[in-house]
Amino acid sequence: MSDVALALGGASFDGLVNIEELAGQGMVTLRGDLSDTTIISAVKDVFGVTLPGTRETAFDGAQGALWMSPDEALLLCPYEEALQRADELSAKLHGSHALVVNVSDARAVFRLKGVMLREVIAKLAPVDMSPDAFTPGMVRRTRMAQVAAAFWMDDANTARIVCFRSVAAYMFGILSVSADDASAVNHFTR
Amino acid sequence: MLLINCPYCGVAAEETELHAGGEAHLKRFGPDSSDDDFTGYLFHRENPKGVHFERWRHVNGCGKWFHAARCTNTLEVFGTYSAQTTEPPKDLLDTLRAKRPGFKWRNIA
Amino acid sequence: MSTRVHFQGRLINRDRPVSFKFNGTLLNGYQGDTLASALLANDQMLMGRSFKYHRPRGVVASGSEEPNAIVGLGTGNRFEPNQRATTTEIFHGLTATSQNHWPSLNYDVGIVNNLLSRFLSAGFYYKMFIHPRPFWKHIYEPFIRHSAGLGKAPGAESRDADRYEHFYAFCDVLVIGGGVAGLQSALTAARAGAKVLLLEQTAHLGGRAPVDGGTIDGMDPDAWVAKARAELHALPNAQIRTRTMGAGVYDHGYVLGYERLTDHAPEAAGPRHRLWRIRAAQIITATGAIERPLSFAGNDIPGVMLASAVRDYLVNFGVSPGDRTVVVTNNDDAYRTAIALVQAGLKVPAILDARPEGGGALMDEAKSLGIRVETGAAAVKVKGSKCVHSICRGVQAGEGEVLEEIFCDAVAMSGGWSPVVHLWSHCGGKLIWDASQATFRPDHDRAPTSHDGNPFVIASGAADGAFHLNDVLQNAANAGKTAAARVGAEKGDAAASSGEAQGEAPLVPVWMMPQGAKKQLRMKAWLDYQNDVKVSDVQLAAQEGFESVEHTKRYTTLGMATDQGKLSNINGLATLANALGADIPQVGTTTFRPPYTPISMGAIAGEARGDIFQPIRKTPMQGWHEANGAHWEPVGHWRRPYAFPKAGESVHDAVKREVLATRNSLGLLDASTLGKIIVKGPDAGRFLDMLYTNMMSTLKVGKCRYGLMCSENGFLSDDGVVARIDEDTFLCHTTTGGADRIHAHMEEWLQTEWWDWKVWTVNATEQFAQVAVVGPNARKLLEKLGGMDVSKEALAFMDWKDGELAGFPVRVYRISFSGELSYEIAVPANLGRAFWDKLIEAGQEWNITPYGTEALHIMRAEKGFIMIGDETDGTVIPQDLGLDWAISKKKDDYIGKRAQARSHMTDPKRWKLVGLETLDGSVLRDGAYALAEGTNENGQRNTQGRVTSTYRSPTLNKGIAMGLVLNGPDRMGEVIEFTAGGDDIAKAKIVNAVFFDPEGEKQNV
Repeated sequence: MSDVALALGGASFDGLVNIEELAGQGMVTLRGDLSDTTIISAVKDVFGVTLPGTRETAFDGAQGALWMSPDEALLLCPYEEALQRADELSAKLHGSHALVVNVSDARAVFRLKGVMLREVIAKLAPVDMSPDAFTPGMVRRTRMAQVAAAFWMDDANTARIVCFRSVAAYMFGILSVSADDASAVNHFTR
Repeated sequence: MLLINCPYCGVAAEETELHAGGEAHLKRFGPDSSDDDFTGYLFHRENPKGVHFERWRHVNGCGKWFHAARCTNTLEVFGTYSAQTTEPPKDLLDTLRAKRPGFKWRNIA
Repeated sequence: MSTRVHFQGRLINRDRPVSFKFNGTLLNGYQGDTLASALLANDQMLMGRSFKYHRPRGVVASGSEEPNAIVGLGTGNRFEPNQRATTTEIFHGLTATSQNHWPSLNYDVGIVNNLLSRFLSAGFYYKMFIHPRPFWKHIYEPFIRHSAGLGKAPGAESRDADRYEHFYAFCDVLVIGGGVAGLQSALTAARAGAKVLLLEQTAHLGGRAPVDGGTIDGMDPDAWVAKARAELHALPNAQIRTRTMGAGVYDHGYVLGYERLTDHAPEAAGPRHRLWRIRAAQIITATGAIERPLSFAGNDIPGVMLASAVRDYLVNFGVSPGDRTVVVTNNDDAYRTAIALVQAGLKVPAILDARPEGGGALMDEAKSLGIRVETGAAAVKVKGSKCVHSICRGVQAGEGEVLEEIFCDAVAMSGGWSPVVHLWSHCGGKLIWDASQATFRPDHDRAPTSHDGNPFVIASGAADGAFHLNDVLQNAANAGKTAAARVGAEKGDAAASSGEAQGEAPLVPVWMMPQGAKKQLRMKAWLDYQNDVKVSDVQLAAQEGFESVEHTKRYTTLGMATDQGKLSNINGLATLANALGADIPQVGTTTFRPPYTPISMGAIAGEARGDIFQPIRKTPMQGWHEANGAHWEPVGHWRRPYAFPKAGESVHDAVKREVLATRNSLGLLDASTLGKIIVKGPDAGRFLDMLYTNMMSTLKVGKCRYGLMCSENGFLSDDGVVARIDEDTFLCHTTTGGADRIHAHMEEWLQTEWWDWKVWTVNATEQFAQVAVVGPNARKLLEKLGGMDVSKEALAFMDWKDGELAGFPVRVYRISFSGELSYEIAVPANLGRAFWDKLIEAGQEWNITPYGTEALHIMRAEKGFIMIGDETDGTVIPQDLGLDWAISKKKDDYIGKRAQARSHMTDPKRWKLVGLETLDGSVLRDGAYALAEGTNENGQRNTQGRVTSTYRSPTLNKGIAMGLVLNGPDRMGEVIEFTAGGDDIAKAKIVNAVFFDPEGEKQNV
């Protein structure tokens, strides 16, 4: 629908890293026993990926799954497909004890691009962002400054950060300040 | 600032990711319970200097509640374990008995 | 006179002059100078006045321990009081002002306190200001307020011009201190493979070694430091941060590092300070040692300095404190100062060594340079006021007979060295008394322990009591090796560099000089320079029974100034021990608390200021509200429109207009902030039956039911409408502030009590924008939009349905919080604004009126609906509010049921909710109490109720209120009195709380 409006209308910032509010990110929350084979195969059927292990991610192009807790996963797909896929997964899991909810509108997603992304995140989250501790393939739920967030790295120079939609402006604000050109720490790079 | 391992997601979480939930292993007393039982359940808490069993939630993280055995004096965390239990696991109790011989907490020793 | 000498100065760049201002005078220094060294170079020995007596004070130290040379730095939004001149790097345009004086540094009227000093002894605040009582308010308090506090607070209107940030760092081994000990420890740990981070508070690595001399691995210390830095820099697992102080060591290896990025270059872009929030498995405190002053009369006169500081100013900055410097010591190290001064061509008229036998090799070297050494000697007193005039020599064993007056313009004193044990001690590390060095040092057997119960702090080098250069290096290497081994890094060569320096003869402890000094001398022998505490004060405290060091500290204020007693602690407690006839270790130390030196509030706040001071939650319609003049009300972290005043309209008038427009035609409310929690599973109904006081499991699919939630203590905690989505799925609405709390409440019970129940929850609050379309024309508007059937037949009161309106996918709930015909419509959040705009556009023909929270509140009060937080305050149970109809009698249990059966909860005397109507139509005060006969034991008027909500009803055009009143429901029609400010009283009649449309005819159409 053409009336779809992101929280910040696709804001962006250039500094130590490029920050962009992402359009088109579909997100579906799955609550269920992630080790249940029925659930695993239903997710595989609908989202094309095998549910990842603890604090891991699984991707197949635009489709993916993020481990959120032993009984929660965040499933990713194109925004337009999220509701339909959620319904499809829900239908496949009919009779299983699981809850599937489209949360694409409930969240804001920011993409960080640039070699300094580890530093920008490390200014805000109590997480070891050194390359030997956090790598692509991992996801971390934590807080960034004063709000809850989850992030993962798609590759060495790209990260995505998810937060609640209502605090998108705050998240964009803290990320932009932390990515100020004059504030490089050079802790992970020299 | 405390550092406690979340047994569900494996993160060594700092205190700002956690929410303290008070004493562990309380037994709920409902409508037909005596005043004493209910009062004990709702209000009476252990306050030991030493080994304590507590509830924590990894609130800025995987969202899971878990249990921790911790020394309130030295702040040593002896171990963390599932929230879905009414008593500490045996291996943790063995650890405690070895590290703190003679410790006593409610009816656990 | 202090001056710049024409050689030396390893830290300054004489090719780069820098000009700065001190008390308005333009002065020059060099790049690399500290403010203290630059002031000395300009013969500005007088740098401030003392706190209590306003005595003239000069710089005494050269580092972060400095008590005297504290100044106000900067101007306007960058003004900061109490900054140490010794740790301030100068830059072009620096502006500094001295403190604690009026009218000027040179001529100060407060010096009169000095003349009264015999009346201002220990505890004078307590003694003097007690009587007569009436004097307190009008004389003593104003006087104390005027004179209390160091420096001047920044102006009330000023705003910090800089920004700050945090940084989370993790390492195996954190080394605090970049002297040779810290470097050696870092090298050893890093070579072993540990991930190492080294913090140095100054701009330079190397610490004291380059000043003190000797060789390391045959090299000049500076050369070794450069080599060590290069090796660390080349190691991928090591990092160095200079200008970064290890401020505090906390539980489980948490350390705050305070990085000063632009204090020395304020025009540079970027954050001013960065607070490092470090988690380290092992922490090495290589924090060095601090030289102790000697307690002799006049030891605070400008020009009396620590011997090490004199050496630092000479070697590091090419500054001499005077042409003729007398050295007073009880140890060998101070001889190095005498030697350095003489080698620089300056005069040392004498070294007064308190030890009967004098020193060792260093004494021999001094003598060979022709310096006169007096052993068994004491400084009886220093003469001078704003500068040193002479020093009187006596014998240490005596009472202060003056044998000789030696003319000089500076005195270099040394009472021995104290390891900086602060960071070792912050988190519980214990100390032992080292009698041979007369100092406390870390007790290795009682180190701070971490989350695993194992030690996590190791002291290194001088901080561990190792003072000889080679001992420092060996000790530091051991520290590095131990730390690395504890994190499992054991590769490589752990050998230390070897240091060579002259051996030193042992010191002799000297706590009073001379040891039998008479009272008039002790009254001029300072312990704590910054708080003006003298030897005589501590002795008086002991005499008056303050035997605990913690009590003495508070009584005398010893060590309680901004320097936290870095110079005075040991001397003070030794003085106390002597006065008590006790051993020093028996008296013990006061507690060392972080931060090591003060850190800025900005650094603590980090990025949190201005727009990102705290998260402000915004609904999808926030932009419309902002553009349409919303007057805001904070609700949790949300900002909700309180009302939408139009140009020229008051907020009050806007509220009235909004209520009337909604009641008469059509209103619109952004209800997106209401919590929406999805609860699903075979046990969902059972779970909600426990969570709510009502029966939810019997709710039919497609229907809504209003429900109440209580805490296990029985008190009302939240309310909202529950909709049954399908057999297994419910959607629970919560209050605006309650969504996260109630979701957490659900998860807590599911995870920790009923974990075998099959229920999942998801907080879907933000997935939907929700709009309440309210008023007699609400249906007409929806019908105009087109789409789903919204007729009474298709969508009755308390029904919900999925469908489409104007092409938007919607879920419509027919619920009402206003008593009007009302539809609450949820759309996906990203469509929220478009849907809102569509409603506004289509609703024009009915004068569609967006309303805010105040209109919402008034309309619910007109209907007698309760509001969580108004009618409830954490002490109210549903029964108090007449909500018994919402409490299932059929259920065996729900959260709070047992608590509500307690005798106090069933007491018929509990105040109950009623409506209140003033007799004259006025509005009762919010929170006003209903008066009862008589007074309580405190003489206060008895009460029989209180107002919980009160408004002027635009609909009824009179004041309406709700309140909790004793036996209220049984007293309909009775008039009772309420407080109305001061002695005023308002009379109100007890009425039914439903003021408007009691039959519910308007909503049920």
